[in-house]
Amino acid sequence: MTTRTHRRAILVAGTIGESPLRPDGIAKLKGQFAYAQDLEAEGMLWGATVRSPHASATIESINLAPALSIGGVHAVLTASDVPGRPWFGLEHPDQPVLAGDRVSFWGEPVAVVAAEDPDTARLAAAAVEVVYREQVPLTDPEEADLRDEVFRRMRIRRGDQEVSGPVVIEGFYEVGMQDQAPLGPEAGLAIPDGQGGVDLYATSQFVHVDHDQIVASLGLLPEAVRSHPTGIGGAFGAREDVNLHIHLCMLALHTGRPVKMVYRRSESFAGHVHRHPARMWYRHTADDEGHLLRVEARIVIDGGAYASTTSAVLANACYFAVGPYRCDSVSVDGAGTRTNNPPCGAMRGFGAVQVCFAYEAQMDRLAEALDLDPLELRRRNVLATGDEMPTTGQLITTPLPTAEVIETLRAMPLPDLDQSILPGGSGLTSEPQDVVRGVGYAIGIKNLGFSEGFDDFAQARVRLTSEGAIVETAAIEVGQGLVTVLAQLARAGLGVSKAEVRHVDTSKIDSAGSTSASRQTQISGGAALEASSRLRKRILEQHHGDDLNDDGVWRSGVLVVPMEELTRELWEETVTFRHPPTEGPDADGQGAVHADFAVAGHRAVVDVDPELGMIKVIRVDTAQDVGKALNPGSVRGQIEGGIMQGVGLAIMEELVLENGVVRNPNFTDYLLPTILDAPDVEAVLIEEDGSWGPFGAKGVGEPPTISSTAAVAAAIRLATGRQLNRVPIRPQDISLG
Amino acid sequence: MIVEFTLNDGPVTARVMSPGSALDVLRDELGILGPKSGCEQGECGSCSVLLDGAVVCSCLVMAGDLHGSVVVTVEGITGAPMHPVQTAMHEAGAVQCGFCTPGIVVAAVDLFERNPHPSDEEIKEALAGNICRCTGYGAIMRALEGLSAGIAS
Repeated sequence: MTTRTHRRAILVAGTIGESPLRPDGIAKLKGQFAYAQDLEAEGMLWGATVRSPHASATIESINLAPALSIGGVHAVLTASDVPGRPWFGLEHPDQPVLAGDRVSFWGEPVAVVAAEDPDTARLAAAAVEVVYREQVPLTDPEEADLRDEVFRRMRIRRGDQEVSGPVVIEGFYEVGMQDQAPLGPEAGLAIPDGQGGVDLYATSQFVHVDHDQIVASLGLLPEAVRSHPTGIGGAFGAREDVNLHIHLCMLALHTGRPVKMVYRRSESFAGHVHRHPARMWYRHTADDEGHLLRVEARIVIDGGAYASTTSAVLANACYFAVGPYRCDSVSVDGAGTRTNNPPCGAMRGFGAVQVCFAYEAQMDRLAEALDLDPLELRRRNVLATGDEMPTTGQLITTPLPTAEVIETLRAMPLPDLDQSILPGGSGLTSEPQDVVRGVGYAIGIKNLGFSEGFDDFAQARVRLTSEGAIVETAAIEVGQGLVTVLAQLARAGLGVSKAEVRHVDTSKIDSAGSTSASRQTQISGGAALEASSRLRKRILEQHHGDDLNDDGVWRSGVLVVPMEELTRELWEETVTFRHPPTEGPDADGQGAVHADFAVAGHRAVVDVDPELGMIKVIRVDTAQDVGKALNPGSVRGQIEGGIMQGVGLAIMEELVLENGVVRNPNFTDYLLPTILDAPDVEAVLIEEDGSWGPFGAKGVGEPPTISSTAAVAAAIRLATGRQLNRVPIRPQDISLG
Repeated sequence: MIVEFTLNDGPVTARVMSPGSALDVLRDELGILGPKSGCEQGECGSCSVLLDGAVVCSCLVMAGDLHGSVVVTVEGITGAPMHPVQTAMHEAGAVQCGFCTPGIVVAAVDLFERNPHPSDEEIKEALAGNICRCTGYGAIMRALEGLSAGIAS
């Protein structure tokens, strides 16, 4: 990995731009790190959930008696037992805590039970007799669109709508339903406090928004519930929505005992939202030199049964529908549909992934029509700082090194034709002479942080103690390394070498916002840096010092207040950090709706056996706009992991639905990339000062997923000559067309 | 039924109440929480342990089959302060969420105990049964390639 730097040197040594070891690494390597599924409490009961086997049905009756008659069963709760608001939802409370008179998707929770042990709980859940009357589910998003069953429509009109040109490319593209598949299934433990309240330790990306939904549905005052950040095994968007949280609190309050629940993998697939499947119609109009004159798109994403974040995902898909390219005439119509398919919501890339697959296929076809090199076509249309976003008209004021991404990819050397591992693996399925290599490129863009006027903030507290700096936050560590980078920022701000991050519950600190939208390093990081910088300034002012380090406060080279003496006093600073405000769109979808952007590009080298449809992704190289790599090791981890998920969407990962029922809710049939599928990755980090994150840092979590899928698809198209307008690309799509 | 077996160098006895898996016995009966439950189908490898010297997914082993066996979990992987595999993974940034990590440590330690200098292909083959959703496997490969080559990373 190489790094290009165009910005000032970091003044504080030993912190920023280094890759210190993870503070939780040893515990994780020794199997001692506590995940939600590992938690226990004295006298704990186990919960289980009764779920709908149908995508659409009315509930005629529920008989709890057979479940309650089982020894060791302490509670069986249904919709009528929900004490407060009967619905929850991340943006709109439209999803029943427990289904009442009807179920609207496969796997919808109908009842929850608590019992002495997990087997008894599952037995009791199976014994609950629910009589359903099945209805014909609405599963076709286009039919839902026609029936006006939508969560949101988007309409973007920018520039002259009558533009025409000599080259017109039309296409239809489709993206299947991907699952985040975090390796740790949903789990939690709720402990009643004996005073009508409850402490919840559960898998989450955003404990404060969980908390708000929990207290509403429990009908409790905010202070009665404390939601605690807890060890989780990955997230990728799957943990933004409430699932077992309210159920656990209800069971704990009802029984007066701690209750633990752990989803099995099949239940996890029903228990969290997925990436929206998308259908996209595009028309690109260009001049003879390949300059985009007009882009028109119609985008339908299926939100499934309940709202979750469909409104925001749809908006993102539409705002980034043109990609990182200049164009002054744009028309985008979008619909986020309501069907009886499983609810869809946040997944890494959040709407930008789906459209990138479509617009980059269009760009390749345009290049082909003009007999232009694909990268040259992109270079001619490149979007840069000082341009207006092609969709919203927003002036881009932060660095947007799209041109440098393209030039970097162009300059990266191509690998030799090493065919030691052929498509199909070691099973001698492919013969070397049948294998064709394709090299595909794609460039993607996405917003960072929350948009459309959302008040996006994070609070962090920094304390200087005799043990070093302590950063308190409710920002969730999902594995990305937030605990490392916040400590680096505290060291940088304060000037001391010891720093650690401590997670605190919702009663002890204000929200850090969600660990999503690539936002925590910028926003919680911004709060941690600001708090530690202010604290340093205050300490130096009070003691008339000119330096602070591990020894204490210094003045003119003399230690005037040793650290031990300094930290007898409470030194603490709490900061709420906000990014520059955004605004909602006008009726034409115009406005400064985003706080910041990042671009990344990918080059995929893929070997294909066109006859067998077998694929081997050899390399995926990338150039990514990172602002400033605060921790290059963690950035690389995000890049490699994000690329792997992008490759997964390109060639294997899809939830298969039949009448709204998921046919493959397990890791045997929902295929995830293994180490044998992992491509080699060369990553170039493009650093440029000017973003509002700490030291100019941009979020890095999502860009690796935006265009990696599209690049792999492009490579397979070139190798096979097939259109391949749908991902994931399956063997039969290649061999049978 | 009662099963008696050797767990990480010590004899243990556990009561098996239902037709559960070895993973259930380890986690729920014996409180051995290093092996993780990720898929219950032997696909993800998070529950990997050594059973009589062979790497197995403990979720696929019937609880009763533990009787008379020798089981090593990640808790039984030792070294000062860690096994070289663990140290290499730590230093290479091969841990993110860490949920897959105990299983990967068990599989990789087994490989390196048998073959101190595995090739890239041998490393990939040994870890083919362990899914990692966070890292994309790059840092894991760098850690183990470096260990194989005798390079302190």
